[in-house]
Amino acid sequence: MKVRFKVNGVEREIEVEPYELLADVLRERLGLKALKKGCWRGECGLCTILMDGEPVKSCIILAVEADGSEIYTVEGFSEDGRPSPLQESFIRNAGLQCGFCTPGFIVVGEYLARKPRISKEEVKYALSGTICRCTGYKQIVDAVLEAHQEYRKE
Amino acid sequence: MGGAVVREYRYIGKRIPPRDAFDKVTGIAPYVYDMELPGMLYVKLLQSTQPHARIKGIDYSKALSVSGVVAVATGRDFPFRIGIYVGDRDLLAIEKALWVGHPVAAVIAESPRAAEKALDLIEVDYEPLQPVFDPIEAMKPGAPLLHPDLGKYRISPAFKPRPGTNIANEFRLSKGDVDKGFSKASVVVEGEFSIPFMSHVYMETQAVIAHYKPNGYVDIWSSAQSPFSARYLLAMSLGMPVGRIRIHVPYVGGGFGGKAGLGWEPLAVMLSKKAGYRPVKLLFTRSEQMRLAPVVAGVKAWGKLGLDKEGRIVAYQARFIFDSGAFGDYTVNVSRTAGYACTGSYEVDNVECLSYAVYTNKIPTTALRGFGYPENHWVLERLIDMAAKKLGMDPAKVRSINLLKPGKSKTSTGARLREDAGDPQRVLEEVIGSLGWGREPSSTDKPWKIRAKGFALSVKGPSQPPDASSSAIIKFNEDGSVDVMVGTGNFGQGTVTSLAMIVAEEFGIPLDKVHVHEMRSTNDSAYTWQTVGSRGLFTDGSALLEAIKDAKSKIKRVASAVLRVSEDHLEIGDGKVYVKGKPWHYIPLERIVMGYLYENGNAIGGPIIGAGRHIAELNTFLDPETGQGTPTIFYTFGGTGVEVEVNVLTGEIKVVKAVQVFDIGKAINPLLVEGQMIGGFVMGQSRALYEELIFDEMGSVANPNLSFYYVARAKDMPDEWVLKIIETPQSDGPYGARGIGENVMIAVAPAIGNALYHGLSVDVRSLPLKAERVWRAIREQNPKLYKEALEAVKRSIRESYKKLREALVVAR
Ligand code: FES
Ligand code: FES
Repeated sequence: MKVRFKVNGVEREIEVEPYELLADVLRERLGLKALKKGCWRGECGLCTILMDGEPVKSCIILAVEADGSEIYTVEGFSEDGRPSPLQESFIRNAGLQCGFCTPGFIVVGEYLARKPRISKEEVKYALSGTICRCTGYKQIVDAVLEAHQEYRKE
Repeated sequence: MGGAVVREYRYIGKRIPPRDAFDKVTGIAPYVYDMELPGMLYVKLLQSTQPHARIKGIDYSKALSVSGVVAVATGRDFPFRIGIYVGDRDLLAIEKALWVGHPVAAVIAESPRAAEKALDLIEVDYEPLQPVFDPIEAMKPGAPLLHPDLGKYRISPAFKPRPGTNIANEFRLSKGDVDKGFSKASVVVEGEFSIPFMSHVYMETQAVIAHYKPNGYVDIWSSAQSPFSARYLLAMSLGMPVGRIRIHVPYVGGGFGGKAGLGWEPLAVMLSKKAGYRPVKLLFTRSEQMRLAPVVAGVKAWGKLGLDKEGRIVAYQARFIFDSGAFGDYTVNVSRTAGYACTGSYEVDNVECLSYAVYTNKIPTTALRGFGYPENHWVLERLIDMAAKKLGMDPAKVRSINLLKPGKSKTSTGARLREDAGDPQRVLEEVIGSLGWGREPSSTDKPWKIRAKGFALSVKGPSQPPDASSSAIIKFNEDGSVDVMVGTGNFGQGTVTSLAMIVAEEFGIPLDKVHVHEMRSTNDSAYTWQTVGSRGLFTDGSALLEAIKDAKSKIKRVASAVLRVSEDHLEIGDGKVYVKGKPWHYIPLERIVMGYLYENGNAIGGPIIGAGRHIAELNTFLDPETGQGTPTIFYTFGGTGVEVEVNVLTGEIKVVKAVQVFDIGKAINPLLVEGQMIGGFVMGQSRALYEELIFDEMGSVANPNLSFYYVARAKDMPDEWVLKIIETPQSDGPYGARGIGENVMIAVAPAIGNALYHGLSVDVRSLPLKAERVWRAIREQNPKLYKEALEAVKRSIRESYKKLREALVVAR
């Protein structure tokens, strides 16, 4: 089956099998390897992408369901290889250790930080769909809140 | 270093972000999980459906006919065992399947899909044998034997398996006379404690690619903590020259001990050979990971503690039974460590601690962050609070009286604690001070939610063989920048950043002129034994300082000729080599590090390379009968305090405040140290409150996923954090530093357990402290509290109902 979507700003058209998962198509077929899988079944949030502006777990979505949508993965947030303000904030706050979960957190983080208004509690709850085994989350939450302040200034 | 003069540092002690952060936030960091090689094949493993069975035959003819399948292997292909301490592991089940999940066959295919399809077509003929799931049953005479050939396995010298039984290791620590000690006790408390199996849940599941080449060289890419020891063990078990095996480690998505020692490299190598010398990749899904890759042993423990009327510990006795599952390979050392360090942060003259690792027909186990210390602290730190209460004494006071005194006390293994080991008394004071111990916890607006405080102390040292060593190499580049080659792994701890800071500091060059490669490779990284036990910064940092010294002396030798002063009168800093007291007589480093060129064209020197090494000094083996000796290079003292909010009606525990205090000698990078303190706390909290692998009646893991195996999420973390670093320098640590990576999670569970004990008078001795267990304990042990809470909630419902009714009346 043919699917068309826009990935990180670029129109893509690709032939997929009806059973293929969006995560696998993005990762294995389009080479977006920053997208990780930690559970293969919608539990860990590592494979989170933005689909039409909403964070979704791409390991439990069929590629065909993404037809006609606009998708962002972590590769889509840096411009000319420069980290986005949120990515900078993750670096400054040490919001990462082994880094394996980081792409998932960056995606949800961008979604949250760019909202007009968010509270710390909301950030904590919204990030609870993604697992980080290393950091204990505090520095990730701090990084998102700090970036939020910056995005608000813009 | 370590002297009385306080030096002003340019980098050391500064909050510098992790150096590999850019790669990670932009997603360009490669993990083995992401890697592919040309012509690479994929492996899928067939898991045993039987907990204990003789394999009479495996028919894989149908599997071979699936399109894309290249080969199928079974245990018959690899009739040898491997391991780091007790060589009890097979690559694929040899003759017997030992747990539900035990890999009995491997399919190698052009795609993971083809391999999976073929798995379904393999037929295994099992002859079921009697299984044993409980470690205490497994220790009894006549229990079904998992490893009848235990006596023939390769055993590392520090371990004592008992052939003819299921005991993979037995360890005894004995000092003084416990009976005499207990006879002097005013109070004695004892109890049984337990800890369930847990999964490491490193986010990158096990991944390895191996390429066995026809010319006899092997290249391996592995998500591993210990490429050097894996290489050595692999060479030994395959009978290959060490240098022909090259293990490459790119970024690693977490390890926590679970990727230490020898992993899946041997199987991948042999499968590559079997597949006609093509590269093969082994990657586990989360559910495979949680059913067949080693997890963390469950423990059944017992402890008995005696205090005299002053609160002094007069005797301590403990027993730990580690349920090692089907293989005890690494768990034997975890259990041994739990035994030899059983007295925690305290000086105890009369001790007897027994520790066993026992085989059962369950998933095998391995190391975890903390390595026996979380287990022994869960017993001792709880018993101290129980004994203190019985004696009518403040548990802080009891701890203070018994704490090890650096320079004076002897540890559990009879070794005198070095005088610069840290300041445990201050750790204790800071913990209780920051926690507000002794002051009532704040009340909540809901009377059925009760706040409680608790704390515990912890100590941790690396558990390594006495000859474990490390090395470091630095080499200069044309622009005066430095390439650093170390062996210590890079899976999130931040050691690499700290090592770069040390180099920048020592030469006075900008940090961005120091390059530490993120990847490790056994053929071009400097050697280190393993990255485990919180040893990396201490051992590899010490080696690095020696390498720096070596390079400096080589630079000075050349500069001495050029500047015409003796080497003793030269100093290196600010990116220059200069004359002491006359800094205007200098040569910039970049003009000398590749060789110095005189105006007339003469040249001297050459590229500067510095080499350094580290090995533990004065460590010993432990006495096989009494466990006495010097097992470690440092002990880091620490403590954890918590304030929790317990919903009496549901048993749910929410941690509202966390206090973490550690004497780490020197925080090279406080930002990253705090990262360890926070991350370790939440991991400890997760283990204390939620985590447990559940086994069904076949001994099979019933919750091999992250829905039914819950790990802490962002919403679970404490609201308030107090993080304190104490810096009592240790003279042989880099800038005085000691390790921190593991201690951070050790005291969390006992601190929470103690909070329940003090605040709710509820004593729960089994982990996790999950809602249901706590709820039951409250109803059984403190029914009054439960009744009051129930009344309170009823009152509140009645009130809201009343308000609602009034509102309705008004509305009408
Ligand atoms: S891999 Fe998609 S949620 Fe875990
Ligand atoms: S940084 Fe390792 S899992 Fe989040």
